[in-house]
Order: sequence, then structure tokens, then C-alpha cells
Amino acid sequence: MRCDVIDARLVETLVRICGREHVLTNKDQLRTYESDGLRHYRSPPPVAVLPGSADEVREVVRACHEVSCPWVARGAGTGLSGGALPITDGVLVVLTRLNRILEVDLDNQRVVVEPCVTNASVSKAVGPTHFYPPDPSSQVVSTIGGNVSENSGGLHCFKYGFTTNYVTGLEIVLPDGEVVALGGKELDRPGYDLLAAFVGSEGTLGIATEITLRVIPLAESHETMVAYFGSIEAAGEAVSEIVAAGIVPAAIEIMDELSIEATENWTHAGYPLDVAAALIVELDGPEAECDARSGDVLEIFKSAGATGTRVAENEEERALIWKARKAAFGAMGYLSPYYYVQDSVIPRTRLAEILGRIRELSEESGFRIANVFHAGDGNLHPLVCFDARNPGEAEKAEEVAGQILTACVQAGGSITGEHGVGVDKKKHMPEMFSEQDLEAFQRLRCAFDPDGLANPGKVMPTPRLCGEVPGPYRRHPLEQAGVAERL
Amino acid sequence: MTVAAPGPERPSERSAGPERPSERSAGTRREAPSSPEEAAEVMRAAGDEERRVQVRGGGTKRSWGAPLRGGPADIELSTERLDALIEHNEGDLTAVLQAGVPLARAQKAFAEANQMIALDPWLGEGGEATIGGVVATGDSGPLRHQYGAARDLILGITFGLADGTVAKAGGNVIKNVAGYDLAKLFTGSFGTLGLVLEVVMRLHPLAGNRMTAVGGSDDPDALGRAASAVAHSPFGAESLDVAWSDGHGEILARFGGAAPEAAATQAVELLGEAGLDAQRVGDDEGLWERQRQRQRASDGTVVRVSGLTSALPAVLRSAHEADASLVGRAGMGLSWVTLPAQETSALVAVIEDLRRRLRPFPCVVFDAPSDVREKVDVWGDDSAVPLMRRVKARFDPYNVCNPGVFVGGI
Repeated sequence: MRCDVIDARLVETLVRICGREHVLTNKDQLRTYESDGLRHYRSPPPVAVLPGSADEVREVVRACHEVSCPWVARGAGTGLSGGALPITDGVLVVLTRLNRILEVDLDNQRVVVEPCVTNASVSKAVGPTHFYPPDPSSQVVSTIGGNVSENSGGLHCFKYGFTTNYVTGLEIVLPDGEVVALGGKELDRPGYDLLAAFVGSEGTLGIATEITLRVIPLAESHETMVAYFGSIEAAGEAVSEIVAAGIVPAAIEIMDELSIEATENWTHAGYPLDVAAALIVELDGPEAECDARSGDVLEIFKSAGATGTRVAENEEERALIWKARKAAFGAMGYLSPYYYVQDSVIPRTRLAEILGRIRELSEESGFRIANVFHAGDGNLHPLVCFDARNPGEAEKAEEVAGQILTACVQAGGSITGEHGVGVDKKKHMPEMFSEQDLEAFQRLRCAFDPDGLANPGKVMPTPRLCGEVPGPYRRHPLEQAGVAERL
Repeated sequence: MTVAAPGPERPSERSAGPERPSERSAGTRREAPSSPEEAAEVMRAAGDEERRVQVRGGGTKRSWGAPLRGGPADIELSTERLDALIEHNEGDLTAVLQAGVPLARAQKAFAEANQMIALDPWLGEGGEATIGGVVATGDSGPLRHQYGAARDLILGITFGLADGTVAKAGGNVIKNVAGYDLAKLFTGSFGTLGLVLEVVMRLHPLAGNRMTAVGGSDDPDALGRAASAVAHSPFGAESLDVAWSDGHGEILARFGGAAPEAAATQAVELLGEAGLDAQRVGDDEGLWERQRQRQRASDGTVVRVSGLTSALPAVLRSAHEADASLVGRAGMGLSWVTLPAQETSALVAVIEDLRRRLRPFPCVVFDAPSDVREKVDVWGDDSAVPLMRRVKARFDPYNVCNPGVFVGGI
């Protein structure tokens, strides 16, 4: 049973739970929520509810469960895969009012937050001595709840890891309205690692209403260096040599010519416009270690054929170098009115080959394709520039982006490194996963959400239902006799 | 990419770890499939016939978990022939290994390229512990401070379920969010969801030079202060451990890299300021081997306490009062308390007393004699057990994978 049209009684129940001002049914108001960061997918929800506490979230979810009404949870809406795209026959649960930092336990390096605390404010709360390592470029706006949902990475994840490595506890509301605590401040609580199952589940297993994060001490020293190269391949070669030398930079990023052009227009960070690629390497750690290693890195830059280098002299210069990199997506507006971001991952050693394929696709299609990527972990963000005002161009751009993604999967990579599958890449899931793999995913989903109410239509390539948990299996007499086989 | 051939022939019966006679009997059929397909077939047949399967890797953790429900296993599935190191992708810092690869053997291969899986639990007297066993139990050692646990280093998995399903999750790259993270779900699941066939692990460069700052004291509060000072320092320790026995304790902070001496010197100062008698140790491998080894007990019982850094003095005092020794990851709040061998009912009482004192910290019992494991709840309770049962029911609906050994009787 599905509520094809939102039942007026359900709306009244939501009003009773959250107050009339926090239940939106007006079409104009609802347009605010019609899409997330993946702007070209739009679907206004029939109703949006803004609960103000974990209890209200639980009551909202329970009310939906009682009438079998599906729902989608949303944080700041910065996601880039349409994970928070509303559904036309369900409730949009907007969590922005749950934005309190509940506890800073610096002694134990833990911070407890509500889901819509922004990523950047966690580091701010524990600074200047400590920080929260996952740092997506959207960190000023994007929320911890959204980061948990997508298992967000960021610029520093090559060394420090992802959201999943920093969540130690969650309080979640299951799709039947039950509240469950997973983990806590302590590590290794007995039982299955359901924290790991939940982080990155893209809102399909429930809603996190309280999140316990691990923070770590800020390194004693950091050194930020940029090298310019005549080809992206040469920059890629420098990355390989750095890794082969056993150096683990805190961040290691490449921007190509087009990305540099776009960001320089905006940030004036001083990147030269006549180079094919800029490689940013940031080392951090104890001062003596940084000093020893930065010399090694500069030496590698030189031997890999860098045409120039720049070392940040102070904190301002470091911030400026990063400002340009973090602005890369936003700045693309200077080059093109629309762009389509990909998030595929390749084994880093296949970089030259994939860049060649991207170049071919650009030439064949006529679209300009800019490249910014997390070079350490092989996470590419090709930006396919197009103009949606020309009929058919958006579809064509999506097709080209899909071809890039296919090439990456064929090279042994992944369709998504940090943006999530959402609606955007679900049709590509079968390129990575067999039917048995997808069925295994569905087993987990059904354990949490047997009625299929949480964010339906996302992640999995085709809609699936959960069967009953099978009872003890008995072979049919015909099977026993070898007359028939179970298929 | 290099492809390695399966390892040298080894005796099929390994002698590591205490054998638990109660869990293997004449009625136990032994299977040692030589391919993932054969293993899947064993699993399917077990599901069909509802026969209880217990997986055996290197046999170094036979005394972990609660006793198998229903007595000795119907089938013991050994991974000893699933022992191919399938890929070592040096440039990508990844490796693909079959579950039965002894971790020590894999580390030797990676070390030739100055790389490692940053997991260093105790691997048995002869290095028998397999990567599959380490992953399935979520075991880890002192490197955890910097690199995390098995769950933080696993990138992908292939597993077999008791209906013949062979499925994979994750991938071969170090960054990937496509699909649910079943690799982490299987990590630490004690074989109760299915059989781990193959894992993809992230590798790290070997740390290069190493140096340890060691400080000693008889005062649990001073040790707590010292551990906390190093845990909060910006020097980036590779490992930060505590050790306690016979009324005396030590904090050990290890640094690695191109120039570890300066950080070790600063750590010595911090330990000294906290009231410890501290020094730098250059030839430090023995210290850390001792830490790894003391996480296990050959004739005692180990209780793993999931605490917090700030509670270290309280945990040390509780261990002392129980006449126990302790090692731990001081910056992570994890401690392994080794209780001396004693008569069963006395041991059960000591475990229960320790749990009462340390409440609400979870205390899990490892390495205990089978009669002790019959009498205490090895895992303790967790409020998420009902949800865990739902997960178990979806992956192993016929309850044939290691039934009863896990939390809540799963």
C-alpha cells in the first residue's frame, strides 16, 4: 500500500507533531525543496515537514509508517547525486532545525551533534588544537547528517579517511519509528558494525538524529606546495613518484587548464594561465617530518618536469591556494552556464589512459570537459560543460558523462567516490555489481526497512520489494528425488 | 600489478591456538574447498541440509566467541586452500587476497615494496592467523592508533552465503561509496553472516625509521595524564599504548617516518611532565611485540574493555584489584585485561565484578576456557541486538553460519 496522494489526515498528524508553521503544503514554498545540489533533477514534494527535535522526527516517521507513506530526509541539500530529491508520493522530512552541537568532549576527542550541524562548525568547535578531518568542498554549508548519509570524503581523505572512519555513534530512527543507538563514544561495542552499514546508506535505512564524531589533534606543522606542468600526465607521474617514495600527503590535488582558468577568474589566487596542470601537495605532521619530506617532494616535482613551483609562505597564502581548489565547481559558471559533474574513481595508476579517453570524448562530442581531481585516491571530477538552453544538450552531456563513468569502471574503478549513487548513477550500478551483489545489498536494506519507506527509488537500479524472512528451508520432495530443481 | 602464486605447501592441520574439543567431534565433517566456487557449494549444501558451519582459518582464535549452539559443528570449513595473494597493486596501494592467506606471509610480500596492511594483531606462534580470520574477528594491534582497525582498511569483499549466493561489495579502489558497505558489515561479524572468500585491503607505506618514547609509573592517574597528553599532542604518534602488571605501568608512544627522533623527544618531555620516568628507545621492536602478544592469553582469560581515554586510571585500578595485567590502546580507550588462570566459578565472579565496576563500558571475554564461556555471557548486551537479529535473519535465514557464537546468541 502506498499513499498515492498525501492523505489530509497525515498532514494533520504532522501539524499536530511539529506545529502548523513547520508543515509546508503551499506549492511556492515547496519549490525551495524541489531539488538538491543536482539541480537538473526536480520534483516538488507534496508536503515538507520540519521537525524540531529527535522526538518529533521519530513521531513523524512513525506517522508515515502507520499509513505506509514513504519519505525522503533532507539536510542542507548540497548533495550532488539527487539523494535528497523528493518523491511525488511521499513526505519530505527537512532536518534543518536539528542544528545543535550537543556536547564537546575534548578529553575523549568526541563531539556529539544533531544532524544539521554544518561540517565546518565541528572543526570550529574543537579548534584550534583539534579538527574534524572529512572536509568536503561544501563544508561551510553541508551538514554532518548529509555527510553521514553520503559517507563524504574531501580534500584530506587520502591521508585521513572518510566520514565512516570518524563516526563512533549514532542514534537512528528506523523506518518503523523505532529508535536504536548504534555504537557510542566507545569503540568496538559488541555486535555487527551497523554504524558502517548506516554511514553511506544514502538515507535508505533511517534517519540519524544524533551523531557522535571522533576528532583528532591538528598536526604540528603543514607545508603546502604547488607545481605546474606542461601536461596532466606529467603531473600524474609526479603523484606516482610521491606515492612510490612512501610519502602520504595530507592532500594531493590536480587542476587542469580549464579549471585553473575558471578559478583564477574568481579567486585571483595567482595560478599561471599558461600551464596544462597544477598539482597541489600538502604535507602535515611533526615539524621535523614535514621539513624532511617537503624537500623530497620538491625534488620529485623537479625530476617530473615541473615548469614552476610555489610554496605557501604563510597561512594566508595557503588559504588562497586552497580557496582556488575548493571554488573549482562554483567557478565553472565563468566558463559555461551549465556543467555536469562526474565523481568516478580509477586505480590511480590508470590515470593517463583515462585522461586520454576523456579527451577523446570531449573531441567527439564537442563539449569542453574540465578536470579537477583528488589525485592521491584516483577520484576524478570531470566537469562536462554544456548549455541547457540548447535543446537536447543536457541529455547529450549526461550521456558523455556516463561514457566517462563506464570507462572508469572498466579500468577497475567505481562509479562514485564521494557524491553517492542517488538517482543520478543508479542506472550505472549494474556496471559494477552483479544481480547477486545487488540482492545482497537488498538484504541489508530489508533488515532496516522491510516496508520500503525510506528514500525509495534511490541507489538501487530497479525498484525491489522485501519478501518475508524465510523460515527454515525444507527441500521439496521433488527436489529430494532429483526430479525438479529450485531456480 | 603482480600476481603471486599460492603459497608453499603447509601441513593441513595447524597446531596454533588451543583446540576446543567441545566444538569439534567425530561427527564434524571437515571441508577444505580449493576454490571460491567449491566453497560456495559447501555453503549451499550446508544451507540446504541446515547443517551448522564453522569456519576455520589459521586456528589462532578458536577460543573466541560464545560456544557454538547445539554442540560440535556439523561442518568445519577450512580456508587453508583459499590462500592466493591475488593482486598486489603497488602503485595503487591496494591488494586482493583470498581469505586463507596467512597475514604474515602477505606482509612479507608487501614489505618487499616497502608497504604493509596496517594491521598488526598477534598472529600466532608460527604466524598462522589468516587475513580472513583477522577481518572476520575485527582483530587489530598497536598500529590501530594511527591507521584504524580492519574495518577502516578493508575496501572490498567477496562472500558466500548459505544459499549458494556469492556476492561482492565495495571495490578495488581506496575511495568508493557505491552500494552499501557490506565489507565493513562482515568485518567483525565472527562468521555469522556468511563465509568471507576474498578481501580487498588498502595498503600503506612502511613507516621507515621508528623510535619509541616510554615512561613508567606506579600511579594510574599519572599514567592517565601522560596518555592523554600524548593523545592530544600534535606530534602524530603511530602507536600509543599502555601496559600494566604487578602494580607498575608504562605508556609507550611510537613515532615513525623520515625523522621520528624529534617527536619522540617531545613525547618524552610530555611523559616526564605527567610524572613518568621516561626515555627514548631506538631498538623498540621487542617492546611492541610484547604489547601484541599480551593482548592474548594462552592460559588466562582476556577481557576487552571498550572505554574512553579519560577513564584509563579507573580501568587500570579495576585491573589491578582483579590481580590482572593489562595492555591497551591508550588513545582509543581500548584495553585488554588478562585475568590469571583460576577455578571456573572464581573466574566468572571476577569477570562479573569487572563488568560491574566498569559499567557502562562494554567488556567482552576472549581466550577463556570453554567452561567459562559456557557460564558467562561472553559479549554482554547491546541495545542494537534486535536490529542485529534482523540483519542475521536476512543473510543467514537458516541459521547455519556459526550459530550462537555472537552477541545476543546470534
